Amino acid sequence: MPNLESNFAGIKSPNPFWLASAPPTNTGYQVMNAFKAGWGGAVWKTLGQPIVNVSSRYGALSYKSTRMMGLNNIELITDRSLEVNLKEMKEVKEKFPNHALIASMMFEKKEEWHDCIKRCEDIGVDGFELNYGCPHGMCERGMGSAVGQNPDVCEKITSWVTEKATKPVIVKLTPNISDITKPALAAQRGGANAVSLINTINSVTGINLDTMDPNPTVSGLSTHGGYCGPAVKPIALNMVSELTNHPDFKLPISGIGGVETWQDAVEFFLMGASTVQVCTAVMHYGFRIVTDLIEGTSGYLDSHKMHSVGELCGITAKKLKKWEELDLNYKVIAHIDPEKCIGCQLCYIACEDGAHQSISVIPGQRVPMIKEDHCVGCNLCSLVCPVDTCISMVKIETGKSKITWKDHPANPLAKVKAF
Amino acid sequence: MTKTVEKTDALDLERKFSKIKPLLKSYEASVEASRCLFCYDAPCINACPTSIDIPMFIRQIMSRNVEGSAKTIFTQNILGKSCGQVCPTEVLCEGACVYNAMNEKPIEIGRLQAFATDYAIKKNIRFFSKGKKTDKKIAVIGGGPGGLACAHELTRLGHEVTVFESAPNAGGLNTYGVAPYKYSNKESQEEINYISQIGFEIKTNHKIDSKSLSELEKKYDAIFLSIGLGKSNKLNIPGENLKGVYGASEFIHELREKEQKITVGKNIIVIGAGNTAIDATVETSKLGANVTVVYRRTEKEQRAYYFEVDLAKVHSARFMYLTTPIEILGKEKVEGLKCIKNNLKFEPIKGSEFVIPCDMIISAVGQEKMVDFYKNISGLKIDSGKVIVNKDFQTSNLKYFAGGDCVNGGKEVVNAVSHGRDAARGIDRFLMEKVSS
Ligand SMILES: Cc1cc2nc3c(=O)[nH]c(=O)nc-3n(C[C@H](O)[C@H](O)[C@H](O)COP(=O)(O)OP(=O)(O)OC[C@H]3O[C@@H](n4cnc5c(N)ncnc54)[C@H](O)[C@@H]3O)c2cc1C
Ligand SMILES: Cc1cc2nc3c(=O)[nH]c(=O)nc-3n(C[C@H](O)[C@H](O)[C@H](O)COP(=O)(O)O)c2cc1C
Ligand code: SF4
Ligand code: SF4
Ligand code: SF4
Repeated sequence: MPNLESNFAGIKSPNPFWLASAPPTNTGYQVMNAFKAGWGGAVWKTLGQPIVNVSSRYGALSYKSTRMMGLNNIELITDRSLEVNLKEMKEVKEKFPNHALIASMMFEKKEEWHDCIKRCEDIGVDGFELNYGCPHGMCERGMGSAVGQNPDVCEKITSWVTEKATKPVIVKLTPNISDITKPALAAQRGGANAVSLINTINSVTGINLDTMDPNPTVSGLSTHGGYCGPAVKPIALNMVSELTNHPDFKLPISGIGGVETWQDAVEFFLMGASTVQVCTAVMHYGFRIVTDLIEGTSGYLDSHKMHSVGELCGITAKKLKKWEELDLNYKVIAHIDPEKCIGCQLCYIACEDGAHQSISVIPGQRVPMIKEDHCVGCNLCSLVCPVDTCISMVKIETGKSKITWKDHPANPLAKVKAF
Repeated sequence: MTKTVEKTDALDLERKFSKIKPLLKSYEASVEASRCLFCYDAPCINACPTSIDIPMFIRQIMSRNVEGSAKTIFTQNILGKSCGQVCPTEVLCEGACVYNAMNEKPIEIGRLQAFATDYAIKKNIRFFSKGKKTDKKIAVIGGGPGGLACAHELTRLGHEVTVFESAPNAGGLNTYGVAPYKYSNKESQEEINYISQIGFEIKTNHKIDSKSLSELEKKYDAIFLSIGLGKSNKLNIPGENLKGVYGASEFIHELREKEQKITVGKNIIVIGAGNTAIDATVETSKLGANVTVVYRRTEKEQRAYYFEVDLAKVHSARFMYLTTPIEILGKEKVEGLKCIKNNLKFEPIKGSEFVIPCDMIISAVGQEKMVDFYKNISGLKIDSGKVIVNKDFQTSNLKYFAGGDCVNGGKEVVNAVSHGRDAARGIDRFLMEKVSS
C-alpha cells in the first residue's frame, strides 16, 4: 500500500486531496463531513470584508446528455461574518487536528490582511491561501484577479502577508492572463511558500434563447462568471506544467481545475502538482467521490511500483517541449481493426470533410479503408471512432533519423547542416 | 353499481391494451437522441423502406428542434407517426443500427419518430401545401396507408384527388388491422385528419364495384389501386362453418372496430404462426383467453417475427408445432379441434390424432387476393393474385397504377407508404409528360 500522506510546503495532511475554497467549504458542518468522508484538507471559503451575494449564481454547460461539463458562478467570497467562520474553523481544527485546514483570504488593506492572519493563526489554521483569482465582482473592487493579473501588485500584497504569517502561504493564481509564470514568479519573490492554480476562467456559459437573457440571470441581467469543472482541466494542466518547467520557479504546486476522478488527480501530479484541490466535482456529486480518488491513486502507484505521490511529480511535464524540438521524421498512420469496426463511417466523413481525405469507403462495405500513403497521422479518426481501441495509430519505420524544426532545411533560421 | 363495474372494466381494458412502446417524454427523447452517433451514410436509412434521414431527424430532436425533426420525417414518409409505432423496427431501421454491432441496445428510432411526429400532429404544424393546379383528376381506391400516402403526394404535386374507401373509416389496416397496443383508432383518425388537410377528399362508405369502376375510368385521368388483401383464407377442413370459427382478419377487424369491447372464448385455438396469428393470440390472451397456437411447421420456420412470438409467450400462449388440424368438432358450436402430428414433409404420422377441446377457433393461414375485383379492369395483369407493376407502379392497363399489399402480397405499413409515395410520382410523370409532349 503506498503512503498517501502529504507534506505540502510544510502543511501536513493524510492525503493530497483537498477541497478548494468554494461552496463545499462554506461551513464547519460541511468541512467536518468532508473530513469524515476522507478528504485530506480543506481550503475554507475565502474570508474578507462583508459582501452580499446575488440570486441566481451558477450557470452550466451541458453537452448532449452530460450535465455540467463546465460550471460557472458569479458568487463572491464568504457571505458569513468573520466571527462565525473563525468559530467554526476552530471547531473543525479541534475535531480534526491532523487534517489540513487552510484559510483563504482576500482583503484590500495591509492592516486587514494582518488582522485576519493573526486571528486565523490564533485558532490554529495550518496555512493560508491568498485568493488572487476571482474574475468577477471582487476584481471590480481592486481585489481577486485584479491582483493576480498585475505581477507587481501580486508581489507587494504577498509580501504583506508573508511578513506577518508564521504558517505557510499559498498564492492562488488566476488563469485570466497570457503568461502564468509572471504572477507565479512575483508570488515567489513576495515570499510565498507555494502556489495553487487555477482559479476560474472568465466566461458566459450561455444564453436563454427564449428571453435572450445571459446565464445565470439576475432579473434579466448577468455578469461574466468564473468557469470551472471538467471542461477547464486541459487549461489547468498546461498552466501547471508551465510553472513546473520554468527554470526559475521553485515552489510546490497545488493543482486545481476539473479534478473529478483519480485519473484527473494523477494527471495533475504528473504535471508537477503535489496536492490537488476539488470544487465542481463535489458540488456535483458530494464528498463521497474522494473514495475513488484515494483508491484509484493508490492502485495506480502500486501498479507502477511507486510508494508516494511525490514520485509522480512532474514526470510528464518534462516531456512537454517546444514544438521546434519535436521529431519531424516520426510517423504514425491510422489502422482500423475490422473486427471491432461497427461501420458508422464517422472516421470517413471526419477525415474527408474535416482533415486530409485519407480514408475511403467502398460501396457495399461498411468498414472504411485507410489510404496509408495519404494519412498524415493526425489522430482525428481515432478520436471520433466510437469504439474503444478500434482505430489505432501505428508507428511507421521511415528509416530516417530524428530531425527537428531547429535543424530542418525548410526552416530559414535553421543552422543548416550540409545535406 | 353496474356503472362503476363498467368503468373499472373499461379501465382494465385500457391497461391491458396499453402501448407496448409508449410515447417518449420530451426528456427521454433528448437523452435517447443524444446517444445516436450520427453515422455517415447511415445503415439505418438504408434499412427504412421510405429512406427517412434518420440521423438528421434524431439530431434535430437532440437540438430540441422537434418541429424540424417532424418535417424531416414527413418529407419522406407522411405516415411517419403510424410507422414509428407499428413498424417492426427490430428487423428494419433498429435492426441495422450500428449499436447492434457493439452488442449495445440500438437507438429507439421508432419511438423517437413517433415522438417528433406526434408533436407536429398534436400542434397541427403543417409542412406541405397543395401544389400548383394541374387540372388532372386522380381516383385512389382504398384509403389505407398506401392510398393515403399516394393521395398526399399527388395533392402536393397539384392534382385533384379523391380517395374511395369502402369502410366507414379510412386508414385501412392501421384502423382495422394492426394491434391496438401499437396504434389506436383515435390516433389513426387524428393522423388521417392531419394528412388530408392538404386538400384531398376521402369518400368513406364508398365501395367501388364493376359499375362504379367504369364511371371512375371516365371521370378520372388515372386510378391508383391500393385495396390491400381480401378475406381470410379458408382452412378447407370439415366443421369450418360451425359457430365460433373465425378468420383472423375478420376477427381483428371486429376487435378494432369495437375498440376491444368484445367477448371471446375461454379456450381458443389459433391456427397458423404468421404475424397476424400472433396478433390474434396476444389480443385474445389480453381479453382473458387461454390460447393454443397450432402450426404445421417448426418453430424456426414460423413467419412471425421473433419479438412478436416472445410477446405471445409472455402472454402465456402455448405453441404446438408440426401439427395439422384435420377437423373442427362440435354440434352447432365449436367444441374442439382434431389434429394430427406431421413430420417435416407435412406427412401425417399415423395414429397420432388427438383432440384439443376449445370454444373458439381463429384461422390465420393467410388472406385471399382481390382477384374478383381485378377481373373488372381490362388488360390488368396479375401474378398469383398480386398486381404486376413497373418501377413507376404503373400496371399493364396504363390508366391504372397500384401499390401496397395488393402489389407485394402483404408486407408492412411502411412498404405500402413507400409504394404510394413513389406511385404518385410515377402518375405525375405519366400525366404531365403527356401534357408537355
Ligand atoms: C392483423 C394485421 C396486423 C398487422 N400489423 C402490422 C404491424 O404491426 N406493422 C406493420 O407495419 N404492418 C402490419 N400489418 C400489415 C399492414 O397493415 C399492411 O401492410 C398495410 O396496411 C397495407 O396497406 P395498404 O394500403 O396496401 O392496404 P390496407 O391497409 O389493407 O388498405 C386497403 C383499403 O382499401 C379498402 N378497400 C378494399 N377494397 C375496396 C373497394 N373495392 N372499394 C373501396 N375501398 C376498398 C379497404 O377497406 C382498406 O381500407 C398488419 C396486417 C394485418 C392483417
Ligand atoms: C461557486 C464557486 C465559488 C467559488 N468561490 C471561490 C472562493 O471564494 N475563493 C476561491 O479561491 N475560489 C473560489 N472558487 C474557485 C474554486 O476554488 C476552484 O479554483 C475552481 O472552481 C476550479 O476547480 P474545479 O474545476 O474543481 O471546480 C469558486 C468556485 C465556484 C464554482
Ligand atoms: S469510426 Fe470506427 S467504428 Fe466507425 S467506421 Fe470508422 S473505424 Fe469503424
Ligand atoms: S490520422 Fe488523420 S489523416 Fe490519417 S486517416 Fe486519420 S483522420 Fe485522416
Ligand atoms: S445507425 Fe443507429 S447510431 Fe447510426 S445514425 Fe442510425 S440510429 Fe444513429
